[in-house]
Amino acid sequence: MSLNIKDNEVDIVIAALRSDLTAFMEKWRPFFSRFHLIIIKDPDMEEDLQIPPGFDHQVFTKSDMAQILGATSINFSGHSCRYFGYLISRKKYIISIDDDCLPARDNTGTLVDAVAQHIVNLKTPATPFFFNTLYDPFCKGADFVRGYPFSLRNGVECALSCGLWLNIADYDAPTQVVKPNERNVRYVDAVMTVPVRAMMPMSGINIGFNRELLGPALLPGLRLAGEGKQRWETMEDIWCGMCAKVVCDHLGLGVKSGLPYVWRGDGVDVKGAMESLKREWEGVKLMEEVAPFFQSVRLPRTAVTAEDCVIEMAAMVKEQLGPLNPVFAGAADAMLEWVKLWKAAGSQGA
Amino acid sequence: MAGSGSYGAVPSTPLLKDELDIVIPTIRNLDFLEMWRPFFQPYHLIIVQDGDPSKTIRVPEGFDYELYNRNDINRILGPKANCISFKDSACRCFGFLVSRKKYIFTIDDDCFVAKDPSDKEINALAQHIKNLLSPSTPFFFNTLYDPFCEGADFVRGYPFSLREGVPTAVSHGLWLNIPDYDAPTQLVKPLERNTRYVDAVLTIPKGTLFPMCGMNLAFNRELIGPAMYFGLMGDGQPIGRYDDMWAGWCSKVICDYLGLGVKTGLPYIWHSKASNPFANLKKEYNGIYWQEEIIPFFQSVTFPKECTTVQKCYIELSKQVKAKLGKLDSYFNKLADSMVAWIEAWNEFSASGKVGAAAAEVPNGPAKGK
Repeated sequence: MSLNIKDNEVDIVIAALRSDLTAFMEKWRPFFSRFHLIIIKDPDMEEDLQIPPGFDHQVFTKSDMAQILGATSINFSGHSCRYFGYLISRKKYIISIDDDCLPARDNTGTLVDAVAQHIVNLKTPATPFFFNTLYDPFCKGADFVRGYPFSLRNGVECALSCGLWLNIADYDAPTQVVKPNERNVRYVDAVMTVPVRAMMPMSGINIGFNRELLGPALLPGLRLAGEGKQRWETMEDIWCGMCAKVVCDHLGLGVKSGLPYVWRGDGVDVKGAMESLKREWEGVKLMEEVAPFFQSVRLPRTAVTAEDCVIEMAAMVKEQLGPLNPVFAGAADAMLEWVKLWKAAGSQGA
Repeated sequence: MAGSGSYGAVPSTPLLKDELDIVIPTIRNLDFLEMWRPFFQPYHLIIVQDGDPSKTIRVPEGFDYELYNRNDINRILGPKANCISFKDSACRCFGFLVSRKKYIFTIDDDCFVAKDPSDKEINALAQHIKNLLSPSTPFFFNTLYDPFCEGADFVRGYPFSLREGVPTAVSHGLWLNIPDYDAPTQLVKPLERNTRYVDAVLTIPKGTLFPMCGMNLAFNRELIGPAMYFGLMGDGQPIGRYDDMWAGWCSKVICDYLGLGVKTGLPYIWHSKASNPFANLKKEYNGIYWQEEIIPFFQSVTFPKECTTVQKCYIELSKQVKAKLGKLDSYFNKLADSMVAWIEAWNEFSASGKVGAAAAEVPNGPAKGK
């Protein structure tokens, strides 16, 4: 099926954690150039950003953020700066890719247009209520298999598209330390809907989402005490993804995982990973509480928007997880603060 | 035999050689076995011959096999033989019942060896064995698919306490070429062929149902065997082509309850024969409507804590089928009774190698060969 992607439907949000974005943007130029880019400079970064010409873009720095948001308890430093981009965007779809990722090549050697693939994922229905063994039934050359209930074949709207990574996979610090030389070389040619009530770790490295449907649920909630600039030192996207999945499951929206791939990183800094282990171990331990919590969350019927859902979840997080670790109480507060910011940003109009 | 270095070749000691049976239902012939010879020959075959028992099905030379026709099924099961379908590949589950092995691989006689994207022949049986011998991960979805696969692992954020996984009970393989579509889809897309090789195995999450296809399927008979009953289909029945799906839904809800895993994905086989869509439509017709009730039924199944074995779960399921689906059509009352007969036959055969009145030793056993 050919899908009409309107340029003015999409914002590409890039969190700049490195100052020189030239190589990154040149490689992505064929796929980025038709769209508007929102580039958020890590508030901790001193140097100016280097951005090649020819892109329709806006850059937001620490002072821009302060001016637009005023005082806020949300910490936008590091990878979390991208959430500012989500907040101020006015587009229907947002694609966000880490600045250490380049276009990947598929099994035919062709460069993958990750932006287009995310949009296809978001514009075609998801099928969370029954697993299709031939994966995405809306893909060309595929369909629903024998036995798939006909009443479920319309699917639901897809609100979140989670892509993958070739080369350096998104492993946590312990796994990086144990397998520093492992590279992900397996290109799995499939997109699939993550079934309802199935939990998954969302990697923020390569995602797309429907901002109109899901926006408030893509939130900077959980910040590790020792959070750093390396992906394996963060949990913000994992937490965000769990929230987003619960919201999607409750609202009857879909989450897809699989294509597109991006090519990630150069190598693994093993010593850095070992250092991170000492810090990120906190995140690993927290997941043991986080997972059962999200698996048991049941939102009330009165929660009919993503905002409503986030507010309800924030209260549950405070009540059930708050007592276990102050980081969770902080997350609950951040979630509520986020909704406030979201409402304020929304009321400023398009 | 091909060298053990190349992918897809048979290793010098085939894995699970004495612990796995290959069950093949057939009504035509077994010519397809020639292509599978390098991969299947070390293993014992159980052939279930459907249709006219007076017809002789020739098994290619060199295979070690047992062959059962309808007369054998009637003799061995006695009155309980009614639970085994006639004129439908659902009869394959008879082979599951009489097997003595821990693992079963079942394949249709129109399925051939497929090739992977590098043009190497795929040893589907070896892949199924890999799937069954490595854990499943039903409680949390791993976005990198099978974490136990070479070159993969659990992604960041996957809870460590869930990384051991659970035992795998079912390995569901896929098909290149003729896809497993229902009749309406076949009618709309008669020329569609599945050409996409998706290089992944993944665990189907707990609480999620799927349509299981019996064409290329393996399972741990000790863990889930009794739930692999393929129902009442074919001759004299109001429904067909729902046998494997029925077994799949029953076994999935039981696996979910008992903490066992179900995998889907690799291996691929090459499905060569497109069945007649008009004939299929007649068989599936009732199923298409009934399914709309059947699916919510399975989605809401719960088991009381007394159900500690597969058999107990299955008997409980049969009661719920009768209570909740019986009002949909009287077929489900018959089906529920057959489910009970199946479990009774399974238990009796497991214990003594005999079922009910057919307990007396008979001089002519099933047709055997090597």
